Amino acid sequence: MAKGSSGGQPAVVVEGLHKSFGDLEVLKGVSMTAHEGDVVSMIGASGSGKSTFLRCINFLEMPTQGRIQVTGEDISLKTGHDGNLHPTDRRQLERIRTRLGMVFQSFNLWPHLNVLENVIEAPVHVLKVPKAEAIERGEALLQKVGLYEKKTQYPAFLSGGQQQRAAIARALAMNPKVMLFDEPTSALDPELVGEVLRVIRDLALEGRTMILVTHEMKFARDVSSHVIYLHKGLIEEEGPPSQVFGAPRSERCKQFVSSIH
Amino acid sequence: MSGLDLLASGWGRNLLYGAVSTLEISFLAYMLGLLIGLLGARGKLSGGKLTRRLLDAYTTIVRSIPELLLIVVLFYTGTQGLNNLLLSLGVGPVRVNGLIAAVAVLGVVQGAYSTEVLRGAIQAIPVGQIEAAKAYGMSPFLLFRRITMPSMLPYAIPGLSNLWLNATKDSALISVVGYLELTKISQQAAGGTKWYFMFYTVAAGMYLVISLASLQGFGMLDRYVRRGQPQVR
Repeated sequence: MAKGSSGGQPAVVVEGLHKSFGDLEVLKGVSMTAHEGDVVSMIGASGSGKSTFLRCINFLEMPTQGRIQVTGEDISLKTGHDGNLHPTDRRQLERIRTRLGMVFQSFNLWPHLNVLENVIEAPVHVLKVPKAEAIERGEALLQKVGLYEKKTQYPAFLSGGQQQRAAIARALAMNPKVMLFDEPTSALDPELVGEVLRVIRDLALEGRTMILVTHEMKFARDVSSHVIYLHKGLIEEEGPPSQVFGAPRSERCKQFVSSIH
Repeated sequence: MSGLDLLASGWGRNLLYGAVSTLEISFLAYMLGLLIGLLGARGKLSGGKLTRRLLDAYTTIVRSIPELLLIVVLFYTGTQGLNNLLLSLGVGPVRVNGLIAAVAVLGVVQGAYSTEVLRGAIQAIPVGQIEAAKAYGMSPFLLFRRITMPSMLPYAIPGLSNLWLNATKDSALISVVGYLELTKISQQAAGGTKWYFMFYTVAAGMYLVISLASLQGFGMLDRYVRRGQPQVR
């Protein structure tokens, strides 16, 4: 199931990313390249900086230092008053963000919109897709994640697993170049994890470019083309899953992957 | 002459006129208050230091001074200040339109409370919902219109409904500066006919009807904005 690096065009390139919260330096220079078709998994203990790294890619967190390129486009940055880098061109940022489909740990569906409305909201209002077309596409995506029957339900009436599948459909509806998953199963009851992982696995099999922050080691091993083990804000080990999980060079990484299954 | 004859002889119509006038001032002041409130809440949450200081001063001062005093002060200093300004520009004094003055004064008072209600409601929105909207490329204005506004309403409606009821009753305070609304007209009717109890009771009944109808309306609005939320029993 695991694929080698596809060698396609670079979809996301991150160079020398630093991020501090006050005196606490969470990322100390992390670089990564995800090519088209790659599934890059980021693993590491809580506090290792993996979620922060993902959130810096679409500037939900402003990095302190570094360079980010999405689908060949460099995001122009300047240092703000707070010492962090900020995008200089809001429209460029918004355009780049539409190419990155983010899935959050806590789903973050909009509670005042039903499932289908959640899915078509950004395509209709950000991408200006005609509503009928967005609905048709949205319904097809809900079919795909197994939620077509729930399309008129409001998020609060769904289980966690259903909410997360709806959130994945919402991200896919933007037709993003890259999917970003921020611990997509960490907030779920154990018996609901499987249904969400199945959907993500299908996306990997379709050849979608994905960057996945996860604690599901077995899953990361199965679907990834490249695995990055972060420790205290630095890359401690990276490579194909067979290496990171099977024969890690770093003693710390060996301990980490053997302590968590 | 009986009380009913008095009402039929034209006082009844005057009272109805007063009720319409009350609704008119209250509605316009409420809307002005909401507009000030939206801008004020935005300013308090994402404005610069100076903006936040000024807004804090505004909401603190307006909310700590008795409304009757505020209305008298704002009404007289407001109209006088405007005339002084016009005089200094070489334009003669104007008679300030009573409705505009009443709406402006009540609106400024309402705005202070609205600012706090809306600020609290916006802060109650889970931050993840805003992040999701940003992550899908929404511009700040689109995000405010499509996500922040509808998401905050369930938290804002109870406070806003109280503010509307306050607006209908605060409009009675405008009578002290001579503006003809329901309370002022019932005073005139009572004073002119000596049927105090009847006219004040009828006026009170009219306020009650306005409130009951408003509560119905806000109840429907509340159910609509909470459509996505399970009911708490």
